[in-house]
Amino acid sequence: MQLLASEGINLPTEVVERGIDAYMLHMDVGSVRIRTPSEEKRIAGVFRGNGPRGSERALRVGFDRYLLDLAASSGAQVVRSLVTRVGWHEDRPEIEHGGGKRACYDLVALAAGVNSQLLQNGCDAAPGYSFPGTLTTFISEFHLGQAAIQASLGDAMHIFLLDLPRLEFAALIPKGDYVTLCVLGHDVDEKLVDAFLAAPEVKRCFPDSKVPELVCHCFPRLNVRPPAQPYADRLVWIGDCGVARLYKDGIGSAYRMAKAAARTAAFHGVSAQDFEAHYAPTCKAMNWDNTLARLVFMSTTAIQKLRPLRRGVLRMTATEQANREQFHHMSSVLWDVFTGSAPYQDVLVRSCHPGFIASLAWNLVAGNVAALAGKPYGNGS
Amino acid sequence: MTEGALGKTYRNGELIVRQGEEGNCMYVVQAGTLEVLREEHDGSVRIAVMNTGDIFGEMSIFEREVRSASVRALGEARVLSIDKKTFLRRIQEDPPLAFNLVKIMAHRIRMLSEEVASLKQKTAPPAARVNAQERRAGQDRRHGRDRRAGVDRRTAVVGRLRNA
Ligand SMILES: Cc1cc2nc3c(=O)[nH]c(=O)nc-3n(C[C@H](O)[C@H](O)[C@H](O)COP(=O)(O)OP(=O)(O)OC[C@H]3O[C@@H](n4cnc5c(N)ncnc54)[C@H](O)[C@@H]3O)c2cc1C
Repeated sequence: MQLLASEGINLPTEVVERGIDAYMLHMDVGSVRIRTPSEEKRIAGVFRGNGPRGSERALRVGFDRYLLDLAASSGAQVVRSLVTRVGWHEDRPEIEHGGGKRACYDLVALAAGVNSQLLQNGCDAAPGYSFPGTLTTFISEFHLGQAAIQASLGDAMHIFLLDLPRLEFAALIPKGDYVTLCVLGHDVDEKLVDAFLAAPEVKRCFPDSKVPELVCHCFPRLNVRPPAQPYADRLVWIGDCGVARLYKDGIGSAYRMAKAAARTAAFHGVSAQDFEAHYAPTCKAMNWDNTLARLVFMSTTAIQKLRPLRRGVLRMTATEQANREQFHHMSSVLWDVFTGSAPYQDVLVRSCHPGFIASLAWNLVAGNVAALAGKPYGNGS
Repeated sequence: MTEGALGKTYRNGELIVRQGEEGNCMYVVQAGTLEVLREEHDGSVRIAVMNTGDIFGEMSIFEREVRSASVRALGEARVLSIDKKTFLRRIQEDPPLAFNLVKIMAHRIRMLSEEVASLKQKTAPPAARVNAQERRAGQDRRHGRDRRAGVDRRTAVVGRLRNA
């Protein structure tokens, strides 16, 4: 949001369903609220597409629609039609859409995500391209109403690090009259979602500790491994069907990759060599950061699996949050891991800082001694 | 100010930045109106008014100077901050990110030049204004430019005073 704003793109209140000013981290050993660095609403809860089924009239403007309209107002010609094939006509890429209509272009940027039949069925325009590695996730909406959401979840995003098999992490995000649930993990299925919703830490977030009925749900895919060569002559893959950031900031990374592709096309050219020289370095940098991300997420998995570690993390974060003057080692690392606001390399460097390690060691000891003495920190509050 | 709002909400008269303080972020106005005040020994002078979409405090992104003016909410206002470290890191990855800022700063320099010119014009003795006008007209004739007298009077006055 900050970077969009610095480029003159300010999301109006009709698009932002809720501004988020804190993250609430829930673990079995307790919960802690992590405030935004300058205590302002920096994260936007938005609906993509039409929002949950039945909500269309109540909805203001979808995020994707808003951006598309912005592009159109800057001169882009938007054709609302389903693309059925990307092929070639002589030396130009050709798009088939809307039941047989064809059009040739100098450059085709494919941004069809990872849930499109178009890419799953293979793109015969570029044999060098392979479909990215994906992970199945779960997303659903609950209808609670504004007042109930304010009372139970407030303006915070709720993150869960629970020791459930196959669960990476999950989040509840308040948006207008709805709450969105996202579950990330390995082979996410209904059984895992049911186990998650039955956890007391999750139930506590809903009014009267009762999980409401799901309004709608689906199992979308997420890009977790880059495709081979996301470019060819006059073709470039951007966003999720190209190179994307692991787990977090998918929209931000799609935007940055789109800009890198646009820069290449505008200042260098649209051949495979041009993309190799000027687009591939941005892809490689993101891939490298994603490699480091795997290390970062190994440590969040360790937190999920090891109760003593959870106690230390909870104590350290809660102590930092209670003291504004103190340097927020753990809070800033967790904030950036949950939001994807900083490169993973940066997160990793900060978590190797002697101050971070010393403070974690002290809190590990203090948190676990207190728990053994029957006075656990936080105590599920 | 609704729940679908980003940034921090400031009440009427609340200070967002204070002149003389060290700054490590810039700001984007999300809603409302703000006034920019320059504190002088004999009171404060309003030097600008800002509205939705305006950016301020950008100088602290590029230099280690203290804030050159104070900014205060005129009525309720909402402002989003952009911290220096995040912004500079993103510029490394995506240099054109700075383009909007350069555009804004260029626009401000242009506005300031006009402001300075009009101030100097007001303070300059009438004779100096006429001399400058005549000299500029002479220069234009030498360079073959067809400028109607008076059109570029402000710039001419500044040129005259700068050379004086
Ligand atoms: C559960 C879940 C939660 C997420 N949460 C976040 C989050 O909180 N923050 C974040 O930044 N990212 C998040 N992401 C990631 C984010 O959604 C993606 O990284 C981002 O949307 C990628 O943008 P994209 O434009 O590449 O693809 P998409 O957003 O998938 O857009 C692809 C577009 O192409 C259109 N399309 C597809 N096929 C065709 C066709 N044949 N013809 C015409 N049009 C077509 C689709 O309709 C769609 O509009 C989440 C992802 C998942 C699965």
